[in-house]
Amino acid sequence: MKALSLSKLTKVYKNGFKALNGINLDVEEGDFFALLGPNGAGKSTTIGIISSLVTKTSGQVSVFGHDLDRAPDAVKRCIGLVPQEINFNQFEKARYIVANQAGYYGIRRSQALKRADECLEVLGLGDKRNQTARLLSGGMKRRLMIARALAHSPRLLILDEPTAGVDIEIRRSMWDYLRQLNRDGTTIILTTHYLEEAENLCRNIAIIDHGDIIENNAMGNLLGKLDNVSFILELRKPLEKLPTLAGYRLSRIDARTLAVDVPVELGIHGLFDVLSLQGIEVTSLRNASNRLEQFFMNLVENGRSDRTSA
Amino acid sequence: MQRLIAFHTILYKEIHRFVRIWPQTLLPSAVTTSLYFLIFGKLIGGRIGEMHGIAYMDYIVPGIILMSVITNAYGNVVASFYSSKFQRNIEEMLIAPVPGWMMLAGYVGGGVARGLAVGGVVMGIAALFTNLKIAHAEVVVLVFLLTAILFSLAGFLNALFANSFDDISIIPNFVLTPLVYLGGVFYSVDLLPDPWKIISLGNPILYMVSAFRYGFLGVSDVSVERAILIIIGFILVLLLWSLWLLKRGTGLKQ
Repeated sequence: MKALSLSKLTKVYKNGFKALNGINLDVEEGDFFALLGPNGAGKSTTIGIISSLVTKTSGQVSVFGHDLDRAPDAVKRCIGLVPQEINFNQFEKARYIVANQAGYYGIRRSQALKRADECLEVLGLGDKRNQTARLLSGGMKRRLMIARALAHSPRLLILDEPTAGVDIEIRRSMWDYLRQLNRDGTTIILTTHYLEEAENLCRNIAIIDHGDIIENNAMGNLLGKLDNVSFILELRKPLEKLPTLAGYRLSRIDARTLAVDVPVELGIHGLFDVLSLQGIEVTSLRNASNRLEQFFMNLVENGRSDRTSA
Repeated sequence: MQRLIAFHTILYKEIHRFVRIWPQTLLPSAVTTSLYFLIFGKLIGGRIGEMHGIAYMDYIVPGIILMSVITNAYGNVVASFYSSKFQRNIEEMLIAPVPGWMMLAGYVGGGVARGLAVGGVVMGIAALFTNLKIAHAEVVVLVFLLTAILFSLAGFLNALFANSFDDISIIPNFVLTPLVYLGGVFYSVDLLPDPWKIISLGNPILYMVSAFRYGFLGVSDVSVERAILIIIGFILVLLLWSLWLLKRGTGLKQ
């Protein structure tokens, strides 16, 4: 079953700005799906329409078979939203923020409070439940927003940059929790600027730019399209001049650091052979950027140059 | 049933809010009205004498109670709803299956609750200064409720259109306060010369104050039935306007 289906979805704002140009998108039940794109690409508009915060201009939205126009309440019951900006009442206690959200979905107060305690506990906020929200740290506020989104046990969880500004330790614990949630059957749609996050978590991906879906594929297929991978090499001895390596593109970052673009068909093994022959010893190696980031940048840059030439 | 729970949640949240911050919401009216009773009632009132055959202190009590109801019902909804818009936690309701009319009912319920709470406090203070009697309890209760509903709706509309904190202070300061003070709280319109008396009759608050005073003292500047009909008329207009705006998503959705 499709958890989400968008068909010819368009949005034109009052000022005439066309945010979405008739996009089509399907997300299968149980998927962990990444919706990526540069700032202003249309991600938040898409999420806003799905979650009833933005009114669409035309097109259809269907969530678990419920049409947004014909059965908006059924659609709303299926969705939990973690927005990009902190948007809870900063003066309210964490427990009441989650319990009130459950109440809006028709869960009785006594059950809502119990559910709030459960959600806060699993997100590591059990001991902060009676704390006023504004006194929580940035990472805790982010987790509180996830707890609030889970208050009514949604089948589809939409996370709009959930780990923005969160330190790496908390981010990784949030990833673990989201993976667990997905394993337990919740379909998850994630937007993020941390492409490492999308690459780590998501099985399928769509890239949106200037209101169009410019790529929609399985993560593995997408990364398989990369014909070049960039690496940074740390060298034992400083280089006098840049070596010439047929097929590889090299640039010098400093005397002991090289950046190399490695074509997939040549591979990295051959690179070491050639470097050894020239007496260059490599002490360490790392990716210049993560693979998805590289693909993303290629795609967006190509799109930009296409638009400029048009 | 689920919708009833959602309504209860909004109402509970609203009441919890103004009770939690009672020094900002309940206490100021108690202090202000005590000063009114002290200055206009005890100090100046004794020199004014009677109005419509009633001691001036007793005459102004109903108007002062209603003034508190008006400002608190309005203030509660406009501050709470605009704050929810500003902090964007209104989105908690917009993404949930909470229809617009229920959101309106919840916020208006909160405004009415605060109007009644503050009205009750002020009535208690009035009882300390005067020998408070109620001539027509049913009129008192009816006008009390209708006025609180009307100004809660007005506060909701103000918040719906507001784009800044300035926008939620302009109407209370420059429209509501003059209308309240010129609505016969401290005097009878019979005292005014002709053009001003006729102009005063265009002030809707005059009808509320007069009807409320009738409930307490049995005297009124205008017909009580007409006053109640006018209040109901205003409620209907503001209610339909609010529902229409909510349906369109004005001030809430892009």
